[in-house]
Amino acid sequence: MQTLDLTGKSCPIPVIETKKALEASAPGTTFEVIVDNPTSVENLAKFASQRGYGFVRGSDAPGEFRVQLTSPDADAAGSAEGAPAASGRKVRVVAVSSRTMGEGDERLGATLLKGFLYALTEADAWPDSVLFYNGGAYLTTEGSESIEDLKRLEDAGVQVLTCGTCLNHYGLGDKLAVGGVSNMYTIVEILSAADLIIKP
Amino acid sequence: MDATIAPLFCSGGGCTAKLGPRALSRVLSQLPAPTDPDLLVGFASSDDAAVLRLTDDLAVVSTLDFFPPVVADPYTFGQIAAANAMSDVWAMGGRVRTALNIVAFDEDGDLNQLGAILAGGAERVAAAGASLAGGHSITGDGVLYGLSVTGTVDPRHLWRNDTPQPGDALVLTKPLGVGIACAAHRLDSAPPGAFEAAVASMTELNLRAAELLQTPHAVTDVTGFGLAGHLLEMLGTDFSATIDTLALPLIPHVRTLAEGFFLTAAAQRNRTHAEANGLVFDRVPFGVQEVLFDAQTSGGLLVAMPRPDADAYVAALADDRAASGTRLAASIIGTVTERAEHTILVR
Repeated sequence: MQTLDLTGKSCPIPVIETKKALEASAPGTTFEVIVDNPTSVENLAKFASQRGYGFVRGSDAPGEFRVQLTSPDADAAGSAEGAPAASGRKVRVVAVSSRTMGEGDERLGATLLKGFLYALTEADAWPDSVLFYNGGAYLTTEGSESIEDLKRLEDAGVQVLTCGTCLNHYGLGDKLAVGGVSNMYTIVEILSAADLIIKP
Repeated sequence: MDATIAPLFCSGGGCTAKLGPRALSRVLSQLPAPTDPDLLVGFASSDDAAVLRLTDDLAVVSTLDFFPPVVADPYTFGQIAAANAMSDVWAMGGRVRTALNIVAFDEDGDLNQLGAILAGGAERVAAAGASLAGGHSITGDGVLYGLSVTGTVDPRHLWRNDTPQPGDALVLTKPLGVGIACAAHRLDSAPPGAFEAAVASMTELNLRAAELLQTPHAVTDVTGFGLAGHLLEMLGTDFSATIDTLALPLIPHVRTLAEGFFLTAAAQRNRTHAEANGLVFDRVPFGVQEVLFDAQTSGGLLVAMPRPDADAYVAALADDRAASGTRLAASIIGTVTERAEHTILVR
């Protein structure tokens, strides 16, 4: 086991030096790292947790804290990434990106979208998630005529999410009437994992 | 940078050198509470400065700030230290009137360095329309610089840092991530543009951001405790807030640098403090999380104000900056709510 003596170094140097050493060494390598303050220990623990590295606290002496970090071995690294999600059925996501369905007359478009969401509750196969963004935020907030339908979906286990940035933009931040608030990371994650994306 | 002046040694200065919020509040709680009824703001409310009422329409604002070099260029360091020290007065709605230098410098050091630091500080004080009127210097092993600043304010229109109202929009007037950008720069790992943007942000006075504000509910400036720490002070025990990470103004590249662990010890202390005080993340990626804890030197104003006013304010500030050729970002980053289960919900 190699030792990195990083006493006398202030953050972020202990983490950066440890990261360099681990990345330059073979998978499965363990380094003992010595730092001189508890904050550096916390930073190293956070680093190990983020990167999936093994982390073991060693002995503490005044001004000398020892920890061990181990990079994952090659097999574990391979299987952790790229493993296909096991699923028997297709993941369906409905993405509602405006307050109307289709282009043309706005009143018609609003009526169509209301009808679409109602029809969705009546369909044989319900989606896993319904996402609302941009003008779609008007559908999940007070004044929408689709609240009842969306609540039916939500009660049946369908994830109903509205983009928080959009709610704030339209001044609807405190008017959400159904489902949860989401950010773009969640939206990207859900859209990326979908087998089927339905855009009315 | 003047090539004839040696660069300063930066160990990780600026507001990252601040004592952690937990340690500080423990020590401050041991001190006797002031009793002067004209002392409108002391440290009881974790506010930025002291405010003493002299007459019904006049109060004096006193504040000071100093730290070791945050950048290697002495002149720029002086500018940053001055912009940072004066900011507390603007965060209370006051006007900066005089400033005194606070200096520690190695007696055997290059006096040109000291001259450049003081010139940088004097330039920012002059730009603020205030008078640099003296100071105090001691010899020491490391460099420290800052200013003691005196301002005036109408006590009837004093802005406090802990009086937001439910429904208020939260506005942040400068981008976050200067601590991360400077840490990476010190280790020669900052992509082009990150450090430069951080310097542009740190040297900008909060003067105009304050002048453009009309009747905000609560104001503070974001410094060593990071956005999360200063927002916790604003919310106190009566309010909660929701932060929209997509709306946060950021120094370029800081999310990537945070994922590369260019994180200061101050940021780790800030995270520990905030998470122990009810800050929760709703599936926010690690790099974005860290930005909320990053200690800012000469950071922007954090303002709680009615939503319609906030829209107009952000637009006015953008116009003002465009007119003066700067391109710092400001935006509405969240909402104040009634007290909820969490103190700060970040999503």
